[in-house]
Amino acid sequence: MAILHYSGIGIRAVAACVPKNIVPNSSLTALLPAEELEKTIHLIGIREKRYAEADVCASDLCFKAAQQLIADNNMDISTIDALIFLSQTPDYHQPATAPSLVHRLGLPSSTLSFDVNLACSGYVYGLSIAFAFAANPGVRKVLFLTGETMSKTISQKDKVTAPLFGDAGSATLVEKGDFGETTFSLNSDGSRAEILNMPFGGYRNPSSPEGFTETTDAEGNKRNGEQLKMDGMDVFNFGIRVVPSDIQKLLKHLGKTVNDMDILLYHQANKFMTDFFTKHLKFDTTKTPYSLDRFGNTSSASIPLTIVSEMEDPARYPKRDHVMMTGFGAGLSWGSVFTSLGECKISKLLEY
Amino acid sequence: MELETFIQNFADQFMDPDADVFTADTDFHKLSGWSSLTALLEMAMIEEQYGITLTGNDIRNTPTLRALFDIIQSRK
Repeated sequence: MAILHYSGIGIRAVAACVPKNIVPNSSLTALLPAEELEKTIHLIGIREKRYAEADVCASDLCFKAAQQLIADNNMDISTIDALIFLSQTPDYHQPATAPSLVHRLGLPSSTLSFDVNLACSGYVYGLSIAFAFAANPGVRKVLFLTGETMSKTISQKDKVTAPLFGDAGSATLVEKGDFGETTFSLNSDGSRAEILNMPFGGYRNPSSPEGFTETTDAEGNKRNGEQLKMDGMDVFNFGIRVVPSDIQKLLKHLGKTVNDMDILLYHQANKFMTDFFTKHLKFDTTKTPYSLDRFGNTSSASIPLTIVSEMEDPARYPKRDHVMMTGFGAGLSWGSVFTSLGECKISKLLEY
Repeated sequence: MELETFIQNFADQFMDPDADVFTADTDFHKLSGWSSLTALLEMAMIEEQYGITLTGNDIRNTPTLRALFDIIQSRK
């Protein structure tokens, strides 16, 4: 049981950036009959999402968020000793994108940096890495950047993924300070990796004519091997089996109950699923912020994007000292963190 | 009796239950209102009402409502 505990380290600031281009789900009329489309939009809770232009990468969205975070917090950038970039849509297969972000942000070459490859669990996992580095006496501040251009990974002829996913980038500053306690629970199960995957384009099944051949599944969805495939039913099965129990496990470990959570921040998978978790947990639905109606599922960026879009106004969710965040998705991989956002400076949402 | 309740619960998840006829031996995959969305609603209903979390294959490979109900009963 991977439970990680940190004291005196926390989230100092968060910023996020979404592309300007709004893509409404009501335009998916070629994919679904009108009535079913309307019901789908209602159930998943996603009205529209943002798509990046062809020449805009996740790193660009993260870069803009990071620049804003640095400006809003009057940061001396020489105090950033580590930069972590977490994404499944990096600039290149090689090299890692993180060093280029160190360079673009004007950080010194003494900054440690690397990429992490994880999907929807990525914010919680990445945060745990940021906390681990920040706990080291030799590291002052850690900049954790996570973003995705999911729009470039999906088929527009796939009614499972097309209404769900959108693009976003984020920046989170982690450092030492009077933040109180933070505890992570992190998990993985590779036995069911196939329920959310892109089978071609890596080194197991390299890019090939076969990988680029469009196929039609039993539901009539068309996609090729380098586009994300998602089994909606099995993802639902996965989520309902692991997410509420992971939250409960972490709370139990801390000697707390669901009522001790001021806010429960879900990875914005789809509202049908996460509302189901809330019901399971018997938790207050007014304490689970949502941004997915406007931005969809942005994978690892969805939690910081929700922090920015829903919590930048301090009058909303005024109690934020006991915050649970939970991420779950491809891998399969999932994790939860119980932390505080009480000392967190939240920047205004940016557009690219 | 319980099977009848199950069939009613199942039909209730459809957008237009009146458009289809639901019996114990219905191949529910062939109903006009069946879709991947309905499948998710059925999984949620079964989880809520019966406390059983079905897999995608349970839904895909089970032909009739009677067989689906049997799976639920066998896992209780």
